[in-house]
Amino acid sequence: MLQIIIIILGVSFILYTLLGGADFGAGIVETFAGRKGERTISKAIAPVWEANHVWLILAIVILFSGFPQVYAAISVALHIPLMVVLLGIVLRGSSFTFRHYDVTHDSSHKYYTFFFKVSSFVTPVFLGITLGAMILGKISLENTGSFYEQYIMPWFNVFCLSMGLFSAALFGYIAAVFLISEATYPIEQKRYTRLAKVFLLLTLAMGMLVFATAEAEDHHLSNAFFASRLSIAAFGIVVLLTPVIFYLFRHPDALKLRAAVSVHVTLVMLGWFAIQFPILVYERNGNHLTFYNTQAPYATLYQLVIALFVGLLLVLPSFYFLFKVFKKGDEQQLHS
Amino acid sequence: MDDLLAARLQMAVSLGWHIVFACIGMTMPVLMAFSEWKWLRTQKQEYIDIAKAWSKGVAIFFAVGAVSGTVLSFELGLLFPGFMKHAGPIIGMPFSWEGTAFFVEAIALGVFLYGWDRLNKWAHWLSGVVVGISGVMSGIFVVAANAWMNSPAGFTWENGEATNIDPVAAMFNDAWFSQALHMTLAAFVATSFAVAGVHAFLLLKDRGNTFHRTAVRIALSFGAVAAFLQPISGDISAKDVAERQPAKLAALEALYHTSKPADLVIGGIPNEQEERVDYAIHVPGFLSFLAHGDFESEVIGLDQFPKSERPPVLITHIAFQIMVGIGFLLAFAGLLFLVFSARWKHLLSSTWWLTFIACLTPLGFIAVEAGWTVTEVGRQPWVIYGVMKTKDAVSPMPGLQYSFYTITTVYVLLTLILVWLMRRQIATIETYYPSARKKD
Repeated sequence: MLQIIIIILGVSFILYTLLGGADFGAGIVETFAGRKGERTISKAIAPVWEANHVWLILAIVILFSGFPQVYAAISVALHIPLMVVLLGIVLRGSSFTFRHYDVTHDSSHKYYTFFFKVSSFVTPVFLGITLGAMILGKISLENTGSFYEQYIMPWFNVFCLSMGLFSAALFGYIAAVFLISEATYPIEQKRYTRLAKVFLLLTLAMGMLVFATAEAEDHHLSNAFFASRLSIAAFGIVVLLTPVIFYLFRHPDALKLRAAVSVHVTLVMLGWFAIQFPILVYERNGNHLTFYNTQAPYATLYQLVIALFVGLLLVLPSFYFLFKVFKKGDEQQLHS
Repeated sequence: MDDLLAARLQMAVSLGWHIVFACIGMTMPVLMAFSEWKWLRTQKQEYIDIAKAWSKGVAIFFAVGAVSGTVLSFELGLLFPGFMKHAGPIIGMPFSWEGTAFFVEAIALGVFLYGWDRLNKWAHWLSGVVVGISGVMSGIFVVAANAWMNSPAGFTWENGEATNIDPVAAMFNDAWFSQALHMTLAAFVATSFAVAGVHAFLLLKDRGNTFHRTAVRIALSFGAVAAFLQPISGDISAKDVAERQPAKLAALEALYHTSKPADLVIGGIPNEQEERVDYAIHVPGFLSFLAHGDFESEVIGLDQFPKSERPPVLITHIAFQIMVGIGFLLAFAGLLFLVFSARWKHLLSSTWWLTFIACLTPLGFIAVEAGWTVTEVGRQPWVIYGVMKTKDAVSPMPGLQYSFYTITTVYVLLTLILVWLMRRQIATIETYYPSARKKD
């Protein structure tokens, strides 16, 4: 049971990164996307972003029913970055929807766009900061230190910040690739191709920064990385795949490119899982919260698996249908 | 402000805000699907126009509901980690079913909103039906988690730990049926009357407008039936609460002293020091009847509970009076609508009737908020009734009031923007929908 839940948690996390990440990233990329950007981006993400967002809710539900102590621990220690993530989610969703549905075009659109762009950037940064803080090992679950030690120090440092910037760069990369085939005009497609290249390089740079700052914070990520064959293999393929993706950028083929990038990002995530597994939270005192020592009783896990299976049986075909309907519509529009 | 109060207020603001969007998300898809179905059957322009116009509003409300719901799923832990640490494994099941239902709703709504020209007409309508069903289901599932807080089941509590966890028994707790029924009906009453009220107001300014006249009729049909059933569901809830949570019943009725028979206290202001209710109307024996179906039966008062286990009486009692008062007013309005539709159709277009309906616009939602106040404040000082106190569940982080101020500021601003945005949407109805220009 536990293994199945861990797999589903991992899958929802990866899907949220790919799908939700593309939606957030679109808001980051929009700043550099020129005049047509707003229209292309609105059209591309409006029908799907809410459904994509539910992968995050699913991951949270799995966390609090399956691994309640982990959920409680990060809720307390990382209250501040998580509140920022929530505000970002609310402002991003609201400003995007307001902009998309407000039929009267006037100066208010400037404000919607401003909040959409800012929150699209801030949210992934703080998501990354939260994840960074979970693994950095500065969290203390004994309520003994000062406010700074308990609630700020665990996430307010260069490592967590680089994790945040890495997430934002990664989301921007996914979005730019996704938008290449959503754009209607060749000039726009060229622009997104260029942005995708820039964000890919940025992601790689940020990834190296994550490893470097980890050492600076006395968190030996590189050692853990070299200790895991799976993560070496995953990151190895990531490196090998990078020139292939650069080659694909030369003659963008929507399907191939999206597939390659999905594999790319999934491998990054898998490599990272391999480094961390089975630990979810590293504590300051050297203890760890893992999948094993925080798992809910068997009865809960069993019911969770049933609900998740039925859920995925309903959700995955509907998702397929949703994407298919809009893909087909787009092609028809192009031909007519 | 102390941290416990700040956490409770933040939860109240977040839930009180989300519940409005949740109600709209449960009801509007059903109304839209109904209007589209009428269009498929009659081909009358106004039905498709109404479905499309409503869908634009729903898209906005649904998005805000989705993000404010995400906030809640985190806030349970951010504010009350002590509660979620123990409750998570017990009530995770309704949350995972709710997640599934909401997932289906979000996908189907994407198809419905953006598929007008991409799908076959009946397939499009079917996607609307799926949105409606999954929307109602997600509401019903999530209420199971709240019902469990009122009626804990499916575990044994030993030395501050939950053991023998049975998620199925927890989900099918005793309070689920009555609470889910009451909430679902409340969602339909509040949303339908609000929609009818707005269109009635617009109809008053533009008499004979086919679009608004039809919209009022559709919304009121649903609202009337739900409002008419709601007092029955309320009675089921009252008897249920009397049995399971006598302290809550005593607080909402402001019954300080155990009585046999017990009077029904209508209105009035509870005086917590003197333990009596000033300026109230007393109906002899009626509370005994409502609580136990017998005019002579004993009803347990607050004196049976130590002071540390009594809910705040003033808030609970007044909120209850507001909820019940509005409930009966809307049930009466619903009854009038059904009678007029059957016998005196011309009255439905009279000025006084439309004015009356327009005045009712916010009342359903006020009743929903009051009802949640009753169930949440009436459960205090417990977060899990009889098992865990709210003060033992709150986050140890100091300074929670700043979270509360931030969330409140953001939600107040978003509310103002939403009202302004809705007015802008309404102003464009005539431009986009032919039936809104048609007079008769």
